[in-house]
Amino acid sequence: MSPGAPLGAALGLLQRDLLLLLWRQRADALNPLLFALMVATLFPLALGPEAQMLSRVAGGIVWVTVVLASLLSLDAVFRGDADDGSLDQLATCGQPLAMLAGAKMLAHWIGTGLPLTLAGPLLAYMLGIERAAVPTLLLALLLGTPLLSMVGACCAALTVAMRRSGMLLALLVLPLTIPVLIFGAGAVDAASTGGDPSAPLLFLAAGLALALPLAPLGCAAAIRIGTA
Amino acid sequence: MNRFTLWFHKMGSPPTFYAFAERWRPWLLGGALLLTTVALVWGFGYAPADYLQGDSFRIMYIHVPAAWMAQFVFFVMAVSGFVAIVWRIKLAEIMCIASAPVGAAFTAIALATGSLWGRPTWGTYWVWDGRLTSTLILLFLYFGVIGLYRAIEDRRKAARAAGLLSIIGMINIPIIKYSVEWWNTLHQPASINVIKGSSSIDASMLWPLLLMAIATKLYYGWSALSRAQLMVLESERGKDWVRELAGLPMVGSSSRPVEPATRSSTT
Repeated sequence: MSPGAPLGAALGLLQRDLLLLLWRQRADALNPLLFALMVATLFPLALGPEAQMLSRVAGGIVWVTVVLASLLSLDAVFRGDADDGSLDQLATCGQPLAMLAGAKMLAHWIGTGLPLTLAGPLLAYMLGIERAAVPTLLLALLLGTPLLSMVGACCAALTVAMRRSGMLLALLVLPLTIPVLIFGAGAVDAASTGGDPSAPLLFLAAGLALALPLAPLGCAAAIRIGTA
Repeated sequence: MNRFTLWFHKMGSPPTFYAFAERWRPWLLGGALLLTTVALVWGFGYAPADYLQGDSFRIMYIHVPAAWMAQFVFFVMAVSGFVAIVWRIKLAEIMCIASAPVGAAFTAIALATGSLWGRPTWGTYWVWDGRLTSTLILLFLYFGVIGLYRAIEDRRKAARAAGLLSIIGMINIPIIKYSVEWWNTLHQPASINVIKGSSSIDASMLWPLLLMAIATKLYYGWSALSRAQLMVLESERGKDWVRELAGLPMVGSSSRPVEPATRSSTT
């Protein structure tokens, strides 16, 4: 594949981001996981250690934890690139910006969403989730965390123009991730009470199918607004 | 170029827009006040009491139009945001941002009256029902749009960013509409179905509601146009037509504005 091809450029960007995220800054790579583990620990401390009650809310707690952990790492998606000017380079390099934005989203998902997906069942197990709901939780996380990364990256691109985005980014992202939370937690709840989780899972899959083409376009538009 | 596209292009010019808004504002406000008075007197004084809920249903005449407007204004914002981003029309950016506080106010009114209505009918001010929750989310979305606009220093960039956010936020509107079916809990399904043309509300109760719905739209038009006028004046200050409006001496032949037309920093 020639370096001038759009896919080649996107793959190159992905490779660079993953190298930065998982290797050069490897001390920070584990932070979302540690954060998720810590938040999940807060819930039994706040609610009490009764196994029955914790087992009922385990799926919901895991989802809240995952949403918060994913939110926490969002500001970093474009911050470094905006600070050293490479975001302007990306916007003007002549490659389709939506492809590059998709690569940024994929990098964020591999760095944050994938580890959280893998750690989710462990967290749920610590909270005493019904054994039967674990595969559903894994599947729901697999469908839902890319959505979190995509919606989040769009909002992060919108806030990149300002110096500090902390609270505002949360205010923008959290309302938009609520459907993911509802269907994700709904699927786990259905599975752990012996119901059929396929409807919420299908809604998640539909959301993913909708976001895959649209979110990179939205993110590209947001980057253009910020860099224009 | 047909008449509508011509009008659309003319509206892109700030002085034309300002004059248009100035001409229509009194009519919008007058209509809104008149219709609100008629609808409230009719709804609160003359419409028959509900056989199930008694007089408490009358809060519907405020609650339902406000809830309709909460969604409608967001839709208008998303459309203006789309126009602003695709065609880079400054007035569309301004209309998008000028609508946000009005929509947020209607959403807050819908939530407040809804919880007041919930007390006598459901026995509680707040339930985590689908529609209530998603209206609350809608309020957060409005706050997000306003917050984003306030946080970015460059006004035009800020307006375009807020416009894009309102397009993204539009995915929330279908969720509001269908949340009743999704998480059907305490909230009654919608009583009026425009498409089927059927309605479970009697006509004597319906008319004040429809009048109120028109009144809220007129009020929104007045409020958004007034806000837009101020924003136009602020962004065009220093231009000749604004100076003329303010009774200041014209700069004359100089095409360069005295002050920069767009503010690049908030100092």
